[in-house]
Amino acid sequence: MIKVLIIDDEPLARSIVKEYLQDYEQIEVVEECRDGFEGVKAVMQYQPDLVFLDIQMPKINGFEMLELIEQQPSVIFTTAFDEYAIRAFEAHAADYLLKPYSKERFDKALQKWLAQQASNTGPAFSSALLETAAQTPLQQSRIVVKSSGRIKIIPVHDIQYLEAADDYVKIHTASGTHLKNKTMQYFEQLLDARQFVRTHRSYMVNIQQVTRLEPYEKENHIAILHSGKGVPVSKTGYLKLKQVLGL
Amino acid sequence: MPASVLSITKYRFYFTVFWIIWSAIHAWVLQEWGYSFEASWLDSAVCNILLAGMSLLIITSLRFYLPRKESFTYLFLMCIGFALLWLGCAKVVLSYVADAFTVRTFSESMPIRLAIAILVSGCVILISVLWYTLEEQKEQERRKNESEKIVRDAELYKLRQQLQPHFLFNSLNSISALVIGQPAEARKMIQQLSDYLRSTLKKEEHKWVMLSEELQYLELYLGIEKVRFGHRLATEIRSDASALSAQLPAMLLQPIVENAIKFGLYDTVDDIIISVDCIAENKMLVVTVKNPFDPGISQPGKGTGFGLRSVQRRLSLLFARNDLLITSITGNIFITQIKIPQQ
Repeated sequence: MIKVLIIDDEPLARSIVKEYLQDYEQIEVVEECRDGFEGVKAVMQYQPDLVFLDIQMPKINGFEMLELIEQQPSVIFTTAFDEYAIRAFEAHAADYLLKPYSKERFDKALQKWLAQQASNTGPAFSSALLETAAQTPLQQSRIVVKSSGRIKIIPVHDIQYLEAADDYVKIHTASGTHLKNKTMQYFEQLLDARQFVRTHRSYMVNIQQVTRLEPYEKENHIAILHSGKGVPVSKTGYLKLKQVLGL
Repeated sequence: MPASVLSITKYRFYFTVFWIIWSAIHAWVLQEWGYSFEASWLDSAVCNILLAGMSLLIITSLRFYLPRKESFTYLFLMCIGFALLWLGCAKVVLSYVADAFTVRTFSESMPIRLAIAILVSGCVILISVLWYTLEEQKEQERRKNESEKIVRDAELYKLRQQLQPHFLFNSLNSISALVIGQPAEARKMIQQLSDYLRSTLKKEEHKWVMLSEELQYLELYLGIEKVRFGHRLATEIRSDASALSAQLPAMLLQPIVENAIKFGLYDTVDDIIISVDCIAENKMLVVTVKNPFDPGISQPGKGTGFGLRSVQRRLSLLFARNDLLITSITGNIFITQIKIPQQ
């Protein structure tokens, strides 16, 4: 049996997917979810083969949800109207259904996926899609992380500084430190360059949190934050910081 | 600043050719007058190089300062001034480089030379003024087109906002889901959606309407959302009998209720109640909208999310007051209160 998960906040939108799936005897709908939080849990629990995923949902959107899952399932996106998302789909050739969609269109998408499964041509979307999709006002204003099994939404202005840690980035906030498996380059692209400055190969600082700059060893500096913590600033980082602060 | 007429290669070429021909004529006339070949060419070279220089000066100075239509006196004085300046310079330079005969003849022919210089500088001034005026007009035209485009884009954006594509397509999707299983519900939804769209198209922002009308419109909107989200959404609309006939600007409540739906319904997962209470007191219509929100997700009042700013702006434009829209938070309930002064 092929395990399918439907994630959409509208009951009628879920029912239409179920109705269209009735023709496929080999497919079983293992669970329906109403938001991204439930979605993350259900994906972990059922390890579905395919997910029908809505983009605009309560709590976290479809893209943010996928970011939190390590074993990415195959996904067919469904959305009513979302310019950013559609741009990302087109750019990365992901399959998506525009609501309201016909049975024919739905069948086409599903047949394509089934054919890909049969020939084993990999996942239905790339992680690059998520990076493109993240360039939206909503996702630029907050970062979704999972810490000790719980999902947390961090508003960008709450971030004090970011620190590279192997394959992860540590996000330091007043309420604690969170990990996100992205690169520093990813955050450099995502976050507003007027607010976040890459002061060092492994550090990025929120300039609103900086109280002063102090010299440190040879040509380096250290940025002192309101919280009292110090963030290393390299020579080039110092120039960038001075430029952004208008010194 | 407009580009100089000489920024175009073609015109630079004409300018050079003109001065070569002009110098040749000048030299030829002097030879006819009895100058030697060398003397005539020296005279011509000195005079015309200076005259060409003066023309360049005129073209450049008009590029930086183009007098308005009325100040022809300025242009006239400029013309005379440049001609006199040129005459003085030519005389000084010639007295250094030419023989006594040439200098003397120059002094004798000064009036005619001045006349020619005035003519030349007059022509250059005329051409420059014409050129720069045309360039300015082109620039203005371009700016006008650009600003018209911005206005058009803004109107298009507004239209799109009014149609709310996300809401529209999701509603159509709901209808699509209802068609087979619950055809009667589907038909009802189509009816509601049509009525809603019709009144959206009919709305004029500058008109005042009765509260009862506006509430009917909100009921339509909320009715559609109820079909989309099933039992999750409950609404309570209460109104004083006296408030129902109160007047308010059209489309003023809509963004507030949309906001309540966005944060109360789209961003939560539980069953929710959105309430609208309308009362009339002290010659004021007071409408209070309450919606729950998820404090872990959205921070009401912060950021661009709560699109109440346009309502605030409209109110301050209409009544020149900034205290007519008040928002507050009690627990996880967001309260928006709007007051509309009655005549």
